[in-house]
Amino acid sequence: MNLLNIAASTDESGGGFHAPSIMEFYPEIVAFEGTPFALNRIMLIRLLVLTLLVVVFALWTAKFKQANKTNNFVPGKFQLMGEISLNFVRKSIAHDQLGEKDGDRFLPLLTTIFFVTLGMNITGIIPGLNIAGTSVIGLPIVMALAAYVTFIYAGVKKHGVHFFKNSLFPAGVPKAFYALVTPIEFLSTFILRPVTLALRLTMNMIAGHLLLVLCFSATQFFLFNAEGAFKFFGAGTFVFGFAFTLFELLVAFLQAYVFTLLTTVYIQLALADEH
Amino acid sequence: MISRILANAAETEAKNPLLPESYDLLWSSVVFAILLAFFWFKVLPNFKKTLDARTEAIEGRLEAAEKAQAEAAAKTANIEAEQAEARAEASKIREEARAEGAVILAELKEQASSEAARLTATAKAQIEAERQAALISLRAEVGSLAIDLASSVVGASLKNDKIATSVVDQFLADLESGDTGATTKAGKKK
Repeated sequence: MNLLNIAASTDESGGGFHAPSIMEFYPEIVAFEGTPFALNRIMLIRLLVLTLLVVVFALWTAKFKQANKTNNFVPGKFQLMGEISLNFVRKSIAHDQLGEKDGDRFLPLLTTIFFVTLGMNITGIIPGLNIAGTSVIGLPIVMALAAYVTFIYAGVKKHGVHFFKNSLFPAGVPKAFYALVTPIEFLSTFILRPVTLALRLTMNMIAGHLLLVLCFSATQFFLFNAEGAFKFFGAGTFVFGFAFTLFELLVAFLQAYVFTLLTTVYIQLALADEH
Repeated sequence: MISRILANAAETEAKNPLLPESYDLLWSSVVFAILLAFFWFKVLPNFKKTLDARTEAIEGRLEAAEKAQAEAAAKTANIEAEQAEARAEASKIREEARAEGAVILAELKEQASSEAARLTATAKAQIEAERQAALISLRAEVGSLAIDLASSVVGASLKNDKIATSVVDQFLADLESGDTGATTKAGKKK
């Protein structure tokens, strides 16, 4: 099956236009094939991002520790970069939405979601990696589930069973309308929230990757396979590819922000006294 | 293009991008769990500690600065109070001096006027005494002169008018040659 795919793709790249397909996201398995530990390019990219995140944040943590130990209250440039990054989630997202106390309570999840999403998204435009770690749905599903579990936990911890009652039977609605409102509330709160979280992210990354592949493989095709004046189309498609690369950088950041912000908002809604 | 993609997708086994592979889920969970634990127990506690320590330090310094400022303000207030006191004292002293001066002046004036009055009184008294003395001496002299004149007039008797006239002339010449101005005047007046 995989051999067939490879054969097909080599055939295509050999000559003519390589059209992007959904198979982009199912690259060749390189190790542990057939087991749940199977590794392909995207999984390896995820492990690389994991390593980089751990290394960078471990360095920053070392700086924090050193500052704590030496009572040095003036951060250096490198430490300041770490503080700005972490404070972006802490202040602009968590504290703004949840307030200081609850914001700090849920900060580990929010920070992790933000930096994992950002790190994995950004690989979509890094030369040599060229595909986002979040462009296959596993990671978005895991993070959406984490968000889902967390906001339900937050609600139940604060309001007990009333959390479900509050969410499903919103106050101030005439009793007769509950027949209509309750299914809608159930659908939107307990099903659509995690689904949209995961899908929004995955689809953005898939679409971004397909666009980039399309632009650059068209450039390749026009420059090397097309005849005469058609070669000039290559310049146009390249410019498009360049522009979309910048756009993908924005999208990578924006999707990380949106995912984190929505998670925060869901937690905030669950903690709110009235629905 | 889209048909091409679809055809491509159809060619190979139809993969649904919405359904995760088992390895995808597994590695995702591993990556997420490791990073969650890392951020939760390693990064964020240290980060928070750093921020708290800094906040504390800044607050401490602000407090110290405030204290120093309050002290400075108190000192300034003290100095100002002292200055005000000194100024008040100086003005009091000036006021006293002025009052004293006024008193002395008044005293001196009084003294002077009393002295003047005394002098005037003495002068008046002296003048009065001199006048009295002059009057007395004049009266005495005029009396004797009158007697002289009378005796001369009587002595020459009344032989003739010629003689009487010469006697008077003689008397007057005597008066002019031998007597003091004051008596002459007084004599003339008589």
